[in-house]
Amino acid sequence: MKEVYLDNSATTMAYRSVGELVQKVMCEDYGNPSSMHNKGVEAEKYIKEAKETFARLWKVQEKEVYFTSGGTESDNMALIGAARANKRAGNHLITSSIEHPAIINTMRFLEEEEGFRVTYLPVDQYGRIRLDALQEALCEDTILVSIMYVNNEVGSVQPIQEAASIVKAYNKDILFHVDAVQGFGKYKIYPKKLKVDMCSVSGHKIHGPKGVGALYIGENVKIRPIVYGGGQQHDMRSGTENVPGIAGLSLAAKTIYDNLDKKVEKMRMLKQHFIEGVEKIENTTIHGLYDETSAPHIISVGIAGIRSEVLLHALEDKGIYVSSGSACASNHPQISGVLKGIGARQEFLDATLRFSMSEFTTMEEIDYTLDALYNIVPMLRRYTRH
Amino acid sequence: MRFHTFLLKYGEIGIKGKNRHLFEDALVRQVRYALKDVDGQFDVHKSQARIYVDCEGDYDYDETVEHLKKVFGLVGICPVVRMEDKGFEELKKDVVAYMDEMYPDKNFTFKVESRRAKKSYPLNSMEISRDLGEAILYAFPESGIKVDVHHPDVMVNVEVRNEIYVYSQIIPGAGGMPVGTNGSAMLLLSGGIDSPVAGYMVSKRGVSLEATYFHAPPYTSERAKQKVVDLAKKVAKYSGPIKLHVVNFTDIQLYIYDQCPHDELTIIMRRYMMRIAEHFAKEDGCLGMITGESIGQVASQTMQSLAATNDVCTMPVYRPLIGFDKQEIVDVSEKIDTYETSIQPFEDCCTIFVAKHPVTKPNIDVIRRSEENLNEKIDELMKQAIETVEVIEVK
Repeated sequence: MKEVYLDNSATTMAYRSVGELVQKVMCEDYGNPSSMHNKGVEAEKYIKEAKETFARLWKVQEKEVYFTSGGTESDNMALIGAARANKRAGNHLITSSIEHPAIINTMRFLEEEEGFRVTYLPVDQYGRIRLDALQEALCEDTILVSIMYVNNEVGSVQPIQEAASIVKAYNKDILFHVDAVQGFGKYKIYPKKLKVDMCSVSGHKIHGPKGVGALYIGENVKIRPIVYGGGQQHDMRSGTENVPGIAGLSLAAKTIYDNLDKKVEKMRMLKQHFIEGVEKIENTTIHGLYDETSAPHIISVGIAGIRSEVLLHALEDKGIYVSSGSACASNHPQISGVLKGIGARQEFLDATLRFSMSEFTTMEEIDYTLDALYNIVPMLRRYTRH
Repeated sequence: MRFHTFLLKYGEIGIKGKNRHLFEDALVRQVRYALKDVDGQFDVHKSQARIYVDCEGDYDYDETVEHLKKVFGLVGICPVVRMEDKGFEELKKDVVAYMDEMYPDKNFTFKVESRRAKKSYPLNSMEISRDLGEAILYAFPESGIKVDVHHPDVMVNVEVRNEIYVYSQIIPGAGGMPVGTNGSAMLLLSGGIDSPVAGYMVSKRGVSLEATYFHAPPYTSERAKQKVVDLAKKVAKYSGPIKLHVVNFTDIQLYIYDQCPHDELTIIMRRYMMRIAEHFAKEDGCLGMITGESIGQVASQTMQSLAATNDVCTMPVYRPLIGFDKQEIVDVSEKIDTYETSIQPFEDCCTIFVAKHPVTKPNIDVIRRSEENLNEKIDELMKQAIETVEVIEVK
């Protein structure tokens, strides 16, 4: 059966070259970077090389690049580490109401277990944070702001640069973290230009390995580690480095940056085509903005009258893989907080699918998916609960 | 304490007259099956109306007991210390050492009970009990240990065979009858809390299980099916292997939806489920069917609904939970470890088209008339559902 993978915001297929490199490092260059012998030195080169890669892509210093077990750990390290290290300066944190659970639940932890006060900023109908609300939320107790680059459910792109300017103008000591897990590899992100202090990315969203991520921490940022042990990565993140993963992450990042503009342009074109096709089905909606101010790879489609889970499985039957809401949240079937946050109509709350593309998505796959929707949607709409 | 053997006690099967050896052999078979994946080497054998499990070399005690506790037909599991026969004086020392290790806190009453299978032993059982009791009593003066021959806290059993077997602990077994001694039955397994419990209860009486599950893609997911396989696995820890039939029910369900009044959907659907399950039950020589129904729990389980569902079956349908309240069912499901799996939130095919106000008092004649609307295609759809069944051997 044909396989059309349109769930690239959940995870991506690794580049073949990444898979081969990971295997080589695992089986041949398997030394511990901390070992004094050659085998260790050889392994350390991969770490060094990966730091160079990220330093170049982000335009930061090598010593400002850290490797973690993925986006979630990067987010935890940034938020918990910065909040704890700076609590003498204040106890107020700000984030948005549409963050990924890795941010929302870490903020809740800081709120409930560590005594911080958290403001969750509202969003407009397109899923963008309201800058006026940010301005109002800032106070002399504020020490940290965390906003995502691209929302994982509806693909809205946040005004990071404007937000960071507002924060820094209010008080330059307030730290700004950006969760760029969905944005990295679609947008060229330069933390220093954006005036952000910390930035999280994940390997498996950019055709790299699962279980590895990176975190930019500006050199003057005061942060405490959350993992203790052998003192690797300047004592900031102990634990033997995941050398195969880090090597794979680095290669994936380099590869995705090759011709990035062209890849993004193609995705935008496909997205436009898909949206035009979906609009031919009555009673559907596209959540968020769908011009070039939204993410090129995410399309959130509400299809009234069909529970998203049912449509998801019906598409699966045709070899098309998509997500209902966010894959990370769909283990707990609950109505998407993001959809509610952007004021989506009731009939779409439980009837929304997320289609997310990659550089490998083709026009033919999009047409195949549209045809499948044209067939399935009328059929499923006939049978409903009474 | 290192135990070398388990003595297994069985209850009811002791009274089954001439069939007794059939039950005992089935029990030995089930015990072997239960222990096949446990670390260690086990010799399971019958001897003088008892079943022994001799444990050779190193084995995992806790895991062994956990597995034995799931064998139907066992009422008690006694961990035994085997002592070499080096004369009675040595035995006294060994038994005192045994008591010391087993019961660090000696504030209790006890009694020694002996059996002398080896008739050449110089003392008779009365003398063995008396002298060992005395030795224990005097070994721990001022410890609070006392003899009580009528209601002892601890009964110290000593069996003199080629070796001497000492045990004083009885771990309760699962009870019931050995699986395989009472034929087999077809369980309608849904993925909810009730049906696994129903399967467990019937299996407890010695019945082997088969199961039928209805899935309805795309309305139910692959994960919902996996959940049912997981549940079958948990029940199979007690019942032994289960042959699970997975039937694709979507087309039948949609056809009923097209042709019949929507408030009767659930009842009519259940009637077709029973028909299909019965088909497989007959094909495999099952002697009955099992459901997890309990009177009045939901609209489809009122007395009228049960009658309407039962109407299509020619085989006996066993409903072991019929008089249970929900909490009582939950208690059993927690005991047999199916609860956590059952409450995973995947939609099952009974709820996808459920009407807001389903009939609660269906009239059988009305239902039969509604089913006549299905005449055109239902036989073909049934045939298709039966032919495309997926069979999974769950162990």
